[in-house]
Amino acid sequence: MTGVAHDETAYAPPSEVPEEELYHPKTFIGKYIWSQDAKVIAIQYSLTAIGIGIVALVLSGIMRLQLGFPDTFSFIDPSAYLQYVTMHGMIMVVYLLTALFLGGFGNYLIPLMCGARDMVFPYLNMLSYWVYLLAVLILVASFFVPGGTTGSGWTLYPPQSILQGTPGSNWGIILMLVSLAFFIIGFTMGGLNYIVTVLQARARGMTLMRLPLTVWGIFMATILALLAFPALFVSAIMMLLDHTLGTSFFMPAIMSMGEQLDYEGGSPVLFQHLFWFFGHPEVYIVALPAFGIVSDLISIHARKNIFGYRMMVWAIIAIGALSFVVWAHHMYVSGMNPLFGFFFATTTLIIAIPTALKVYNWVLTLWRGNIRLTVPMLFAIGFVFTFINGGLTGLFLGNVVVDVPLSDTYFVVAHFHMVMAVSPVLVIFGAIYHWYPKITGRMLNDTLGKFHFWATFLGTYAIYYPMHYLGFLGVPRRYYAMGNTDFIPESAQAVNASITIAALFVGVIQLVFFYNLIVSYFRGKASGGNPWEATTLEWQTPDTPPKHGNFGAELPIVYRWAYDYSVPGADLDYIPQNQPPKQTSQRDEDAQ
Amino acid sequence: MSTQVPGNPEDFPNDGLESLVADWASDQKTFKNVSWGKAMMWIFLLSDTFIFTSFLTGYMTVRMSTTVPWPNSSEVFALTIAGNHIPLLLIAIMTFILISSSGTMAMAVKFGYEKNRKVCGILMLITAAFGASFVGMQIFEWTKLIVEEGVRPWGNPMGAAQFGSTFFMITGFHGVHVSIGVIFLVIVAVKVLRGSIELGRPGFLTGRKGNYGMVETMGLYWHFVDLVWVFIFAFFYLW
Repeated sequence: MTGVAHDETAYAPPSEVPEEELYHPKTFIGKYIWSQDAKVIAIQYSLTAIGIGIVALVLSGIMRLQLGFPDTFSFIDPSAYLQYVTMHGMIMVVYLLTALFLGGFGNYLIPLMCGARDMVFPYLNMLSYWVYLLAVLILVASFFVPGGTTGSGWTLYPPQSILQGTPGSNWGIILMLVSLAFFIIGFTMGGLNYIVTVLQARARGMTLMRLPLTVWGIFMATILALLAFPALFVSAIMMLLDHTLGTSFFMPAIMSMGEQLDYEGGSPVLFQHLFWFFGHPEVYIVALPAFGIVSDLISIHARKNIFGYRMMVWAIIAIGALSFVVWAHHMYVSGMNPLFGFFFATTTLIIAIPTALKVYNWVLTLWRGNIRLTVPMLFAIGFVFTFINGGLTGLFLGNVVVDVPLSDTYFVVAHFHMVMAVSPVLVIFGAIYHWYPKITGRMLNDTLGKFHFWATFLGTYAIYYPMHYLGFLGVPRRYYAMGNTDFIPESAQAVNASITIAALFVGVIQLVFFYNLIVSYFRGKASGGNPWEATTLEWQTPDTPPKHGNFGAELPIVYRWAYDYSVPGADLDYIPQNQPPKQTSQRDEDAQ
Repeated sequence: MSTQVPGNPEDFPNDGLESLVADWASDQKTFKNVSWGKAMMWIFLLSDTFIFTSFLTGYMTVRMSTTVPWPNSSEVFALTIAGNHIPLLLIAIMTFILISSSGTMAMAVKFGYEKNRKVCGILMLITAAFGASFVGMQIFEWTKLIVEEGVRPWGNPMGAAQFGSTFFMITGFHGVHVSIGVIFLVIVAVKVLRGSIELGRPGFLTGRKGNYGMVETMGLYWHFVDLVWVFIFAFFYLW
């Protein structure tokens, strides 16, 4: 820095954020178990989420075995099948995707990308993980109680979820609801941290409009979660009371097994409204971090600034706001007032505008970029393809007249797996390949990564494309077996068998990924601090992996936005965010 | 865009819409002069608002969907004192006490910032005592409803079963909020009175030092619990 004539700190206002009190434990347990370091908590969150996610992956494999080869496997009976459907959905949506994006990537990346030492409330952050772990353990416990887990579908609709005859209607549903309540409590502790850190603890010079889009996506998703999870919390409590105390919030007068039950006057549709007031923002809680991460992956690996940064930010905000007024498009066939359908169909189609805008911007960022087809970039491009596919079928389902015949068919399954399962998971893989060098200091194996990408990407298409066709045939979802149904042709069974083979293939292929993760941790090529030549602050830390406190003695000062790639006249094709203005080129420095 | 200089805060206007824009466009902190704890409490309260809104919406929905008439709440919640039948008497007293406690809490915040730790701590203890007496009266109210009127979560002799279920659920959830508030008020009051803030003593759980901002953060929570009570009072007892 010598030879620079100007005072570089003059470009950033004086420090307003006080130096954070960090607690540096000395013992192994203090450092890695009861850790208050956001980076360790992030890894704890991620490993727990991936662990429970593997359970859900295995469950989906068992479901596919039954669907592809009915009457072959005697250990799968109809109630077990319904239980697998339920737990697969609930684990994947809440315990894997939400926890991994916000608890995992949020904890790791927010302090580093904002230029903070740690989350603002490290103790609360630690509690957040342990309450999440408790929620996961309660969920796992429900596999082992009498009657097993609940089999009411991941939406847990009453009355059937708490009536005799549904699998797990005694213990299973109670543990499910208690686990959800704990998840929400734990998440709230973490979520408050993420929001306050982004709003109140950024580095000097880091304005909101200089934040990488990853942080924007996670930040907005956290706001959605803090406002949407309350509805789920309340409906969980009300259903618990209906089940244990015999209240009638969601239960109308009802006959079960020939007997009049004590319930009277409740509203099952109320549950659906509360559930989907949570459930639809939940889609964007998963999607927005994926949008943000993929924007950064595309920009970094195309060596080009993100196209329309401000538009991207406002699109994230618009999607977040709109996501609260579209929930009843999940309820067109619930028997609610048809006029609601008109309103919710309109808002649903409006949300396609900011979403399509983001897709155009990703494509325009790629256009004439200096694209490096690294593994993260492959996953990012795969995401754009898959998301367009899933988004287009969303236009079908958002319209009432088209949705009604397609409701509860495999078309719906194909749609939401494309848009909400495969797309975010591709981003998660891309993000792991991208940030693994920062987390461990070693690169993941490139050949294995490329094999993993192509097998997963093509494999998922082999799974979900045929499902659209099954849906048009009218094959209903959540059925244990089709039996002899006139309108379903014989060939549907052949399609189902091929889907199962593809699904098992994709499931087994993930072992390559885990092998890569473990072996590269010990034998991977050393990565250095900034292997992708990226501008954002997490790549500028003095140590890799970053130590507790992230940035060594001095916090970074930010002089520019996160997307200075291929700037004309600069020596390198990237300029880190913390590089002072006069030092963009060696020539400038020599001239002085 | 790439190398813009974030503006010098002194150049920005101090009030009006422009200062709002300036704050959101600035670096480091969006809400200037707002501590982390205070920002966190505001956001938590926003989230908690959604919880109570969901509860009250659920209550209104079942009140409309139930097929049985709703009990007359001013009759159910009447007390007979010295032969006089006074509707909503207990609730009026409870509301008065809770709103008074907001007053003492606000004074505690003021004395806290003046570093008058004795008065601040004592006012917090008075607030806690008001809160505890509120919870005590709520226990009395519940006991009377359960034992004398025969109201149960699953049914009651006066009308719709949802009357009891929503009442116990919503007031119970609010009562839990008040009780948690009382516990934390006592903890912070003891911390203030012992002078732990002046001495910079590390906290028992978090191992971090406190400051008088804690009193205000605590106060935000307490005022919120009061405000929620006003809505419960209006929607449940007056409707």
